Amino acid sequence: MFDTLLQNILNALQWGSFYALIALGYCLVYGVLLLINFAHGDIFMVGAYIAFFVSTFLLGQYLDIPGLPSWLVLALTVPATMLLTSGVGVFLERVAYRPLRRKGVNRLYVVITALMCGLILENGNLALLGASRKSFPELLDKAIWTFGSVSVTNLKILVIVSAFGVFWLLNTIVTKTKIGMAMRALSWDRFAVPLMGIPPDTVIVFTFILGSSMAALAGILFAMSYPVLDPYMGASIGWKAFIAAVVGGIGDIRGAFVGGFILGFVEIMVVAFFPSSYRDLFAFTILLIIMTWKPTGLFGVAKTTKI
Amino acid sequence: MKKILAFAFLAVLFVLPGQALAKDVVKLGFNIPLTGDIPKVGEASKYAAEIVMEEVNKAGGLEIGGKKYMLECVFQDNESKPESAVAAQLKLITQDEVLGIVGPQSSKQAVPAGEVANENQTPMISPWSTNPATTKDRPFVFRAAFLDPFQAPVAANFAAKTFKAKTSAVIFDLANDYSKGLAEDFKAYFEKKFGAGSVKAFESHGSQDQDFSGQLTKIIAAKPDFIFVPDNYNQVALIVKQARDLGYKGPFMGADAWGSAELMPLCGDVCKGQYFSTHYTAKGAKGKTKEFIDKYKAKYGYEADDVAALTYDSIYVMLAGLKNAGKLTGNIEKDRKALKEGMRAIKQFDGITGKMKYGVSEDNTPEKCAVVVKISDAGEFEFTESVCP
Repeated sequence: MFDTLLQNILNALQWGSFYALIALGYCLVYGVLLLINFAHGDIFMVGAYIAFFVSTFLLGQYLDIPGLPSWLVLALTVPATMLLTSGVGVFLERVAYRPLRRKGVNRLYVVITALMCGLILENGNLALLGASRKSFPELLDKAIWTFGSVSVTNLKILVIVSAFGVFWLLNTIVTKTKIGMAMRALSWDRFAVPLMGIPPDTVIVFTFILGSSMAALAGILFAMSYPVLDPYMGASIGWKAFIAAVVGGIGDIRGAFVGGFILGFVEIMVVAFFPSSYRDLFAFTILLIIMTWKPTGLFGVAKTTKI
Repeated sequence: MKKILAFAFLAVLFVLPGQALAKDVVKLGFNIPLTGDIPKVGEASKYAAEIVMEEVNKAGGLEIGGKKYMLECVFQDNESKPESAVAAQLKLITQDEVLGIVGPQSSKQAVPAGEVANENQTPMISPWSTNPATTKDRPFVFRAAFLDPFQAPVAANFAAKTFKAKTSAVIFDLANDYSKGLAEDFKAYFEKKFGAGSVKAFESHGSQDQDFSGQLTKIIAAKPDFIFVPDNYNQVALIVKQARDLGYKGPFMGADAWGSAELMPLCGDVCKGQYFSTHYTAKGAKGKTKEFIDKYKAKYGYEADDVAALTYDSIYVMLAGLKNAGKLTGNIEKDRKALKEGMRAIKQFDGITGKMKYGVSEDNTPEKCAVVVKISDAGEFEFTESVCP
C-alpha cells in the first residue's frame, strides 16, 4: 500500500511537471499582456516536433552524415529546440497579436486570434507532415531503478528536476533582474511604463521567448517520456494546463507551478483510489470546488478586469 | 400549362439522377479515417480499394445482369470521430449517391454510422468493426470481421494456455466502443472461467491520454499473470513502454487493433515477444492472399495489414452481392435494396482472410477463424495458432 502510494507520488510529480511547465508559459504571457495565449498548447506541440526533427537530423537520419552520440544529440537538441520554438512564439506575437494590439482592439479579439493561431498550427502540421505519428528517438539510455516495488527511471527524475530548476530560474528572472522588473511593471500599468522609457515591445518579445522556450522544454521532455507524437498532442494537455494555471492563480508564476502539480496529483490519485473511469469527472469536480472557494486561484489577487 | 411545366420539372428532377447512374458505373463509398487517431488504417483501406478498382476495371468492369459496369470509389474522411463518421455517411448517401458503403473501420464510428446507413436503407459493410452493436438488428449493415464476444475467449484461452495464467488485468479506452466492448466481454469470460475476482484490475483511460502511470501502478500492484490491452496501436506503444518502466515484467495480450503496420515503428523493441489475436497474418500466406500481399507490397512498399485485407474482402463481398442482385435499374433506392438482398443471399465467401460463412448469425456477421500472432524478434507478425468457432 505504502509502496503504491510512493509510486503514485512519483507518477504525479512527473505528470504534474508537464502541466506546470506549460502552465508557466500561459501565466507569463497573461501576467504581462493580460492575454490568454490559447495557442500555447500548440506551441508545446511544435516544440516536440522541432525536437523530433533536430534530434533525428543530428542522429544522422536524413543526410549522409555520421550521427552524433545520443548524449551529445540531447545536449544540442535542448538549446536548439528552445531557440527555434521561441522563434515560432515571437513570430506569432509579431504577425498575429502585435497588429491587433497596435489597433487597440478589445482583448477578447486577441484571445480569439490566439485560438485560431492554435488551430492553424495544428492543421498546418497535419497538412505538412500528414496524419501518421512520429516515433521520438531514445536520446537517453534508459535506466530503471527499483526499490522494493517502486520503480523510477532516470528520465522521470530528469523531468521532475528540470521542472523545479526551470521554476527557480524563472522566479529569479522575474523577481531579481531588470527585465523581470520591467515585466512586472508592465503588468502593473501598461500605460505608465512606456513613459518611463521602458520599451514595452522588447519586454513583450522577451516574455514570449521565455514562455515559448518553457513550452519547448516541456515538449522535449514530453516526447522523451511519451515517444508518440501527433499533431493534436498539445490540444488537450494545453487546455488542462490552462485550467491548472487558473486554479493556481493565473498571473502569478508560483500559482501556475503549484496549480500544475495539483492537477497532476489529483488526476493520478483519483485513478489510484477510485475506478479510473471517474478520473476526469472527479478531477475537475475537485478543481471546481477549489475555484468556488477561491475564485482568483490559490495565489491570485482579485482584479477588476479579467476575461 | 403551369401545372404541366411543374410536373415536367419534377419529372426531370427524378429522372436525372437515374440517368447519371446509367453511365455504366457503380459507385461505392468509403467512410474511412484518413486523418485523426488512426490514419494508417484509413491509408490501408484506401490502398486496398485502389487495388480492387484496378483489378475490376482492368478486367473490363464488373458484369451485372449481362452488362459491364466500371467500379468507382468515393473516399470520405471520418477523422476517426463518431460525429464526423455520421456526417461522412450522410454525405455519401445523399450527395455522392453511392450504391453501397464500405467502412467505417473502428466500432467507435461504425456503430453510429451503421444506424445512419440502416435508416437510409443503404447497404454498408464494415471490414474491421468487431462490436456486435454495429450490425445488430440492422438488415442493411454487414461486416467482414468476427465479433468481440468471439475474440475475447480466443484471447483469454490462449493466454491461459500459453502463460499458464489464472489471473489477469485489463486496461482499455473508455471512449472507444471497440475497446470497451472487448474489455467487458473479456472480463465476463475470464471470470466465468477462473472465478470472480480473477480479473484483478479493470482500468480505463481516455482517447487523448498519454500518461497511464496511475492505472498501470494500480494494475502492477495487483500482480496479474498477464495484462490484456484491447487498445489502438498508438496507445499500445505507450502503455507497454510505461508498464515496463514501472517495473512490470509479465506478458501482454492484445487484440486485432494491434495489427497495424505502424505498431512496430512506434513501439519498437518492448513490443517484441507479445501476442495478439487478429484476422489474418501476412507471413506464411498462400494463394490468393499471397497474391494480394505481393501486389500491395509492390505498389505501396510495405506489408498489407489486417485492415487492408479485410477491406479487400469487404469490397468483394459487396461486389458479389451486386452480382446476386441480377440487374441494376438505375433507380438508386431500388438498386440499394436489391444489393442488400443480393448480399444477404451470400452463403459462403472465400476471402483472403479465410472462409466466411454468412447466414449462420442473423446479424449479417460471418463465421470465421481468428489467428493468434506473435511479434517476433525481427518485429514481424508471426502466425502462432488458428482458433475457429
